Amino acid sequence: MAISLNVNGRERSVTAEPDTPLLYVLRNDLELNGAKFGCGLAQCGACTVLVEGKPIRSCVTEIGSLGDAKITTIEGLGTIDKPDALQRAFIAEQAAQCGYCINGMIMSAKALLDSNPRPTEQDVRAGLAGNLCRCGTHNRIIAAVLRAARETGRI
Amino acid sequence: MNAPLTRREFSSALGALVVAFSFDPKAALAQEPARLPGSLQTNRRLDAWLRINADGTATVFTGKVELGQGILTALRQIAAEELDLPLDRITMVSGDTGLTPNEGQTAGSQSVENSGTALRMAGAEARAILVDLAAKRLGVAADALNVADGVISAADGRKVSYGELAAEADFKREATAKAAPKPAARHRIVGQSIPRTDIPAKVTGGPAFVQDVRRPSMVHGRVVRPSRYGATLEGVDEAAVKALPGVIAVVRDGSFLGVIAEREEQAVRARSVLAKSARWTGGPELPDPARLYEHLKSLPSQDQIIGVKQAAVPEGARTFAATYTKPYIAHASIGPSAALAELRDGRLTVWTHSQGVFPLRAELVKALKMQPADIRCIHVEGSGCYGHNGADDVALDAALLARGAPGRTVRLQWMRDDEFAWEPFGAAMVMQAKAALGADGRIVDWQYELWSNTHSMRPQSTSGTNVLAAWYMGEPQHIGPPQGIPQPAGGGDRNAVPLYDFPSQRVLHHFIPEMPIRVSALRTLGAYANVFAMESFMDELAVAANADPVAFRLAHMKDARARAVIEAAAKKAGWREGEKGDGTRGRGIGFAKYKNLACYVAVVAEVEVDRASGVVRVPRAYAATDAGLVINPDGLINQIEGGIVQ
Repeated sequence: MAISLNVNGRERSVTAEPDTPLLYVLRNDLELNGAKFGCGLAQCGACTVLVEGKPIRSCVTEIGSLGDAKITTIEGLGTIDKPDALQRAFIAEQAAQCGYCINGMIMSAKALLDSNPRPTEQDVRAGLAGNLCRCGTHNRIIAAVLRAARETGRI
Repeated sequence: MNAPLTRREFSSALGALVVAFSFDPKAALAQEPARLPGSLQTNRRLDAWLRINADGTATVFTGKVELGQGILTALRQIAAEELDLPLDRITMVSGDTGLTPNEGQTAGSQSVENSGTALRMAGAEARAILVDLAAKRLGVAADALNVADGVISAADGRKVSYGELAAEADFKREATAKAAPKPAARHRIVGQSIPRTDIPAKVTGGPAFVQDVRRPSMVHGRVVRPSRYGATLEGVDEAAVKALPGVIAVVRDGSFLGVIAEREEQAVRARSVLAKSARWTGGPELPDPARLYEHLKSLPSQDQIIGVKQAAVPEGARTFAATYTKPYIAHASIGPSAALAELRDGRLTVWTHSQGVFPLRAELVKALKMQPADIRCIHVEGSGCYGHNGADDVALDAALLARGAPGRTVRLQWMRDDEFAWEPFGAAMVMQAKAALGADGRIVDWQYELWSNTHSMRPQSTSGTNVLAAWYMGEPQHIGPPQGIPQPAGGGDRNAVPLYDFPSQRVLHHFIPEMPIRVSALRTLGAYANVFAMESFMDELAVAANADPVAFRLAHMKDARARAVIEAAAKKAGWREGEKGDGTRGRGIGFAKYKNLACYVAVVAEVEVDRASGVVRVPRAYAATDAGLVINPDGLINQIEGGIVQ
């Protein structure tokens, strides 16, 4: 059936069952690469997107449950030519090894900075505690989020 | 193993070596080509490595692949440096059996060493060819010309660009490695922390991973693995699954089982229904996890003694012993393995995050009974790669599923449980150390035993067929017999021979061929456990000798570069000789030289333990590293940081 979703400020219509996980619709129907399949069990955070500004796990969120809620993916933050503050900070800190978890890190950080623009290092650690990284890039990720906070604080 | 090797097995066992057959061995010797540095030795043509294009850009080819370690940025730096071209005028092509040199696996910290060396030499030679052409064209001596940003200039201001010389420059020849690369003092790009070229797409949702590849008329696959290792599929209700929405085909080949559907969620659902009706029998019992190490030690082993030094142990020396263990460790990459496969007109294309597209292709040739020329494997990055994970296996799975939907591309990503249950693990190990301390507090004898399975069952690392699904097909193929990796690099015994100076020592390696759990290469192979055991035991001996752990190590170490990293890490950490922990917080030092022949690293770690909860934290670590010529310092730092955290 046709379901309408509000993704990155645009109304998008997709033909899929209402119990389809949002992740597959984002990736396959809307061809958005950012959200990643990691576990399919809401445990790793790689698929994180924002719904009404709150971080959710798109791998277990059914599209039928979303109504007209505003969905934001990493593509909605900035582009490769015009990255937003968090994306710029992750590039500046070279905060990736394989980078597969980074979508989730940035989206969780986005939710954190939106509600707490001047986080302490401890706040960042707590805010990203639900996102797993296996390469061991944690310190750079924290540095990138703190850098983004400093930079947006100045604007 | 006693059966004679077939020609195919023989060839495949040779891996990436280039072999020339001759009926007259003496003639073969006489004609043996000059040894070339790095991977030039096995990929000898200049145009295998680089091309200069008419627009003045260069296309650079490497058989090594990006795994998030930044190698394509580092190799680009090396090529740019030698070619005197700006980084952005170089296009990198990597890991494609249709396009690039065969450099085997991207593993063992050998990419800069081998591919980097080849590109360095090929780049220098290409530049020399271009400069010679320019010299002829301008009527000036080659050594009177200056090269900058792909433009060759004479003193009188006349210029010719690489692009203008591209048509004339003949790289269709064997490299000579006679053009001297730049000395380190003249490096302008090598040695700089150039930002990685792969990161911007990864933080903005650009296509960056094999999981992100989309093809026209792509369909989605999933596999159903047996209930246990080695189980046989007795039966499954295919009809019920075929009736599910979107299902295109159920693919069964013996005990290999999978499904293809139009949509990904349909494939996931079909997999779950298929799994419920599948009836599996057989398969060996797994060892009791509670008695794992006893079980390992009870298995038959092939024993080898290495690193022997003999000296009389003085009377009255005090002896100490300790046993260390390492469990099986999963790669546990954040993203499960994935591949795409497309079978069209009898030709197979596979998009894969394998560490070695050529070895993978060789396995696919065996498993699918196809010709190498009919299979193309193209590397696209996957999630974190720390060794031989499911990348090669999922590529065969995707190829088998592609047989069920000819002409369409099958995209397959393993589910999380596929990955955890079926990827090869890093081998469990037992390490038993004994040592004697003399009256002067020095180690006078070191006896070390280790028990381990193999640490490499990679594609082409043994004979047989080393990809998972091949063992379950209707005409099953068999995994090759496990083999060790010879010293000095070593497999289970990697870094088991101490670099410390002990007058008397012996290392006994119990190589266990039988693998109760599927194992293969995971970061540093046996070194992970051996260094942990050796360095932990050094600390215990330092305590027994009432010595400072840094001073104790230095007292047993002559290697100047090893001493330098130990001293540098201690200095950076503000180590105070004789410093002691307070029962909840303390510091320690560890040292290793990777494979006993590569990078030197010393790390001082601060460790806190909450005695009530037992939670251990590592609030801070200081590392000193000597990796020789560093191509990209931030890349090295990123890798060391990751290694410490992981």
